[in-house]
Amino acid sequence: MAFQFTVNSSAVSVDAPADTPLLWVIREELKLTGTKFGCGVGLCGACVVHVDGKRAFSCQTQVSNVAGKEVTTIEGLSPDSSHPVQKAWLAERVPQCGYCQSGQIMSAADLLKRNPHPTRAEIVAQMSGHICRCGTYLRILRAIERAAREAPSNAQHVRAEP
Amino acid sequence: MNQLACPKTGFSRRGFMIWISGLTFAVAVGRERFGHAATEAPDIAGTPFNPWVSIAPSGEISIMAPATEMGQGSLTSLPLILADELDADWSKVVIVPAPPIGKIYGNPSMFGAMLTAHSLSVQGYFTPLRTFGAQVRAVLLDNVAKHWNVPSAELSTEPSVVVHAKSGRRIGYGEIVAFAEIPAVAPAIKPEALKKPSDFRLIGHDVMRVELPTKVNGSAIYAIDVQVPGMIYGAILRSPVQGGAPDNIDDAAAKAVAGVIDVVRLPYGVGVLAKTPWAAFNAKSALESGVTWQRSGKAWGFDSDEGLDAFAADARDLNMPTTVDWYKQGDAEAALAQAATKMEAEYRCHYAYHAQMEPLNAVASVSAAGDAAEVWCGTQYPTAAQAASARALDIPAERIKLNYTLLGGGFGRRGDYAEEFVVDAVLMAKCAQRPVPVKVMWTREDDVHNGHFRPITAHYLRAGLDASGKLIAYDQRLVGDRVLPAENPQFFRDSHDRDYQLMGGVQLTYYDIPNQYAGQIPRDTGVRTAPLRGIGDIANKFVAESFLDEVAHKRSVDPMQFRLELLKNTPRGQKVLQRVGEMADWGRKRDNTALGCAFIVYNDTLISGVAEVSIDHSTGQIRVQNFWCVVDCGIAVQPDNIVAQFEGGIVYGLGLALTEEISIRDGAVQQNNFYDYRVMRMYEVPDIHVEVIPTDNHPTGVGQMPVPIVAPAVNNAVARLTGVRLRESPMTQERVKKALG
Repeated sequence: MAFQFTVNSSAVSVDAPADTPLLWVIREELKLTGTKFGCGVGLCGACVVHVDGKRAFSCQTQVSNVAGKEVTTIEGLSPDSSHPVQKAWLAERVPQCGYCQSGQIMSAADLLKRNPHPTRAEIVAQMSGHICRCGTYLRILRAIERAAREAPSNAQHVRAEP
Repeated sequence: MNQLACPKTGFSRRGFMIWISGLTFAVAVGRERFGHAATEAPDIAGTPFNPWVSIAPSGEISIMAPATEMGQGSLTSLPLILADELDADWSKVVIVPAPPIGKIYGNPSMFGAMLTAHSLSVQGYFTPLRTFGAQVRAVLLDNVAKHWNVPSAELSTEPSVVVHAKSGRRIGYGEIVAFAEIPAVAPAIKPEALKKPSDFRLIGHDVMRVELPTKVNGSAIYAIDVQVPGMIYGAILRSPVQGGAPDNIDDAAAKAVAGVIDVVRLPYGVGVLAKTPWAAFNAKSALESGVTWQRSGKAWGFDSDEGLDAFAADARDLNMPTTVDWYKQGDAEAALAQAATKMEAEYRCHYAYHAQMEPLNAVASVSAAGDAAEVWCGTQYPTAAQAASARALDIPAERIKLNYTLLGGGFGRRGDYAEEFVVDAVLMAKCAQRPVPVKVMWTREDDVHNGHFRPITAHYLRAGLDASGKLIAYDQRLVGDRVLPAENPQFFRDSHDRDYQLMGGVQLTYYDIPNQYAGQIPRDTGVRTAPLRGIGDIANKFVAESFLDEVAHKRSVDPMQFRLELLKNTPRGQKVLQRVGEMADWGRKRDNTALGCAFIVYNDTLISGVAEVSIDHSTGQIRVQNFWCVVDCGIAVQPDNIVAQFEGGIVYGLGLALTEEISIRDGAVQQNNFYDYRVMRMYEVPDIHVEVIPTDNHPTGVGQMPVPIVAPAVNNAVARLTGVRLRESPMTQERVKKALG
């Protein structure tokens, strides 16, 4: 069965069984392999993408459920790694093996979009749905705090305050 | 920014001129390419100066990286070590993953194997890489001296530039290539001719890890990401117990799944070939009720709790012989007999799982005649992956073109000799319509059920103190599930039946304990085991450092002071221990929390740790608020990366200490996925404070070194907080609650 939706602003049409997880469509049909397979049960967060601007675990999202929607993957977060979260990730030297980091970055971007100045507790609550087996959690925390501080829109926001 | 000529393959189109002394073999030139390559191998630019370095007229310097990259940073740090001695401009360096040729690129500290493990990459390659870099620099200087007709001694280098100070002339490395003559014999470099640490330009100065930018935008390529035109997918249903073989196969339900191409019998399982991963996984699930298994394999009937009870009984039974006297110093038995005070204790550790984030997988394509193959995989052991692929097809290793990629975590899981996840892809590609490439992926459940675990161990310890309270005897008998004979039989033979994966860290050579004995009593349960980040040291340091705290308590001395006394002959150790005490404010009493300390030396890396914990008595949950850690690993090649490895290693150690446990019933793994194998998440992670004390000693490992410091420091803090000593790892809520009564 064919499903139409957009991925990183490009229209796509995918012929797949309706219950196929979006994860496998993205990775093996569309060849956007930055989104990762980690657990298949929505417990590790390696597969996180944005659907209509909100984070979604693509291993738990059936392709039929994204028909007509906009999907953004790590490849579409920015054209040149210039998203504040990506920049902060490099500044804090977050990744080790790096396998989980696409999902972590997509979740962090989702958080900052909804909540430009999250508290530490809010960051921990959002990010505890992810597993980083290399244990980069403290750097992820620092990177999100840095991104919140340094994001252009946030910087303006800070300047606007007395 | 540095380029990474990867993650593809490092095969060069041309042969290298081999003149490193001792290397007298030829490198295969222009190997036959086979199959549907995803990408062409990078053609290394410029003139090869030795198997490690080529310099192009543009000034681009290609340096081989002999270790695989799983997050530990060796892809950057090893070429950087060479580049420092070559005095290369780091911005002009291109890093090329070395081809799987053990004789050239093998680690001297690893029996010469091209195996990235045991945190031995920097330690083993440090001096050879510096020497290779110095040789190339010497050749450049000699060429310029001849070209300018000046004495070589008047020349010096700045990054990628040869300078003649007297005349003010300068020439870039790339320009030298035009007239460079490369001698047939490498210039001899004496150790004292190498740079002094104060002259390092790169070592000790943090650089961006070369592959890091690819890890924030999705462009980093792991084996699971490899895309080969025409590729199909494979999934394999394996026996629930190691060594089991399929008996009856009813594949009707599996074949009815849309997209399934074929169902094939393998010696150890049943494989599905399908057009998509989803079809392959669904068909594998559909096979589960249709396959019966021969109860071949040793582990059928094995229960890990009962097994551990039996191990513990054997450890206590002094008549049960040890197979190897692992460590002997003085006469522990005689000293025990004379001791004024005797103590004994028993500890136990359970199986644990690597849980690398990238489930095991590989891609392979086999030629129509079955006489050659191309393989893509993420492995810690490229030469073994190549050899295993060749064995699976019964063809020579030279007929396997191996492409290795970045690893989505290794932790020891991707380093054993069998490399069964690579064999999966090769066998499935052989069964496919050759030469159709096949990507075989394990699900997380496959990865847990078929894990290779850190072993179960039971430890019986005895200590003897003389009348003054000095610790004069320390004796340990360790009964544990064997690792090395299962993981790498050749290494086991080379090690004279000493299973260092099991026994690592059991000796306390750095402590002033005159009489010590450690005995190895291995058992073969048939359960798959493997080195896991920290190997035997995880169990053995948990045990030793916990027991030493018991001794300190018995003597009523401060546990940190007790260790400082034991370290009287190890001043570097005293320094790291004192420093961690300062950082943690060791002497300060806390409300509702307590501190515990530990000290270890792990392959010559010295580490101290202090944990601050609290306990929820109603649930038995241990909470770690803070963890302070100090390390002296000699020359700190990349200081921030050392800190990163320690932060991550402490998190890894916390999981092993608190929640991670694999149990076996009737030979089968009981856990399935991250809902019943609990690893640390962000909300459970303490504040971690790491300090590196750089010294001028030869650099030693960091990747796995922090893992074993965690459990004993936590256990010692719990004992101080509650007065109750925990004796089993992991220290799960249930165990803590039971112990607290």
